[in-house]
Amino acid sequence: MTGLSVRNLDYSYGSRKALDAVSFDVAPGRFAALLGPNGAGKSTLFSLLTRLFTTRSGQISVAGHDLSKNPRAALARIGVVFQQPTLDLDLSVMRNLTYFAALHGLSGRTAHTRIAAALERLDLSDRAHERARDLNGGHRRRTEIARALIHDPSVLLLDEPTVGLDAASRKAITDHVHALSRERGLTVLWATHLTDEIEDDDQLLILHRGRLLQDGTAGTLRGALPLREHFLSQTSDRIGERA
Amino acid sequence: MNAALIALRAIVLREALRFVRQRGRFVAALVRPLIWLLVFAAGFRAALGLSITPPYQTYITYEVYIVPGLCGMIALFNGMQSSLSLVYDREMGSMRLLLTSPLPRWWLLFCRLLASTAISILQTYCFLAVAAAFGIQLPVWGYVAVLPALVVAGIMLGALGLALSSLIRQLENFAGVMNFVIFPMFFLSTALYPLWKMAESSTLLRDICAVNPFTHAVELIRFALYGQFNGPALGWTVLAGAVFLGLAFWGYDPARGLLRRKG
Repeated sequence: MTGLSVRNLDYSYGSRKALDAVSFDVAPGRFAALLGPNGAGKSTLFSLLTRLFTTRSGQISVAGHDLSKNPRAALARIGVVFQQPTLDLDLSVMRNLTYFAALHGLSGRTAHTRIAAALERLDLSDRAHERARDLNGGHRRRTEIARALIHDPSVLLLDEPTVGLDAASRKAITDHVHALSRERGLTVLWATHLTDEIEDDDQLLILHRGRLLQDGTAGTLRGALPLREHFLSQTSDRIGERA
Repeated sequence: MNAALIALRAIVLREALRFVRQRGRFVAALVRPLIWLLVFAAGFRAALGLSITPPYQTYITYEVYIVPGLCGMIALFNGMQSSLSLVYDREMGSMRLLLTSPLPRWWLLFCRLLASTAISILQTYCFLAVAAAFGIQLPVWGYVAVLPALVVAGIMLGALGLALSSLIRQLENFAGVMNFVIFPMFFLSTALYPLWKMAESSTLLRDICAVNPFTHAVELIRFALYGQFNGPALGWTVLAGAVFLGLAFWGYDPARGLLRRKG
């Protein structure tokens, strides 16, 4: 049983092809980085993985559940951190998390125990009663990650979760999620355009103009080159075209 | 408790908490109908003569006549505002969160509708309390009997807003909705003047008013406020609500609609 499996996924906005025959697998407990420049199709892929919209061509399977045939079972196994903030800033951290737990059918003591555990895991226990608006950007993101873990998903999807954060917060969050994958066996798909968020042991998926260019271990794929150079060499035609 | 009910309770509670915290929204929701009641109606009182028509059993002042219409107006504005706020990206974020829940999507949308209806009912009762303080009192049992009418009207108008929100691409179009949905629905209804009065100036306008679902929502509320049941008004409101709800579910279907275009 794979953690996450994507087969021949196509998607178009009108005549513009956003995803073209994308296929990959992420094994359970693996951290996979989906690396691509802006406009590569990362957010479209995330929208399809979270069933915000669907496509007739291709197949997505989450922890063995086919997303189109059994969407509820598949969605129950997914934790998501969207690129855009989804916290209700006027509510406290606790209220935000309780709301999310309820959307997954959790309430009362079960919800409380899970929320406490998720907050502790992300070092946010002392922030539980602060208003989301009063948190800094890094803490808000950590709250969203904590929230995505409440229902104990087996696959965690993060769409450019470090956008807009300072270097220290970025590193803290990247390290946290790597640790979650290692220690809890969580399957992670982390979309980014920043190469310094990727470790050599990570699975690397390079997406460019809707096509998957490379799929392998980051350290192996980059060879002797720094990852940034390798990434630029793979996607340079686009940059040349833009110039 | 079952998962669907846990989600319903949480969605309603969240909307209520947001509403309580957004005092400006509450004040605006209350001031709008009060201006109509205390300024517009006072000015029109002398100009407009009203005969005795059901559910009224005696001559009434214009202020008394427009109270049900203003209750409808609260539901209309609230239904449009809460759903069209989804056009904002920030609100879209919370919608994304909602729609990635493993519960059936139609149920999640319906919960959101119920939540916004609950808020509009709260606003309506506040408005009725202030109106009563200004001497516009209704039969005591009317305040209870109107509750189910407000639920039906609120769901119908909220469903219309939700359906529109799945079709509208940009925030700028809110002005278009004001001009082409809210104003025509409100003015071409029995909220401000009875149908027979409208017929005196134009039978075409009267006919348009007669098919406007908002007219039936207002009449349902008007009769309920006097402890009376208006079957045809209920039928029309439920029918319109079912159509709008169907459109909203269709619009939010993952294979099409707002989310796809926003992707």
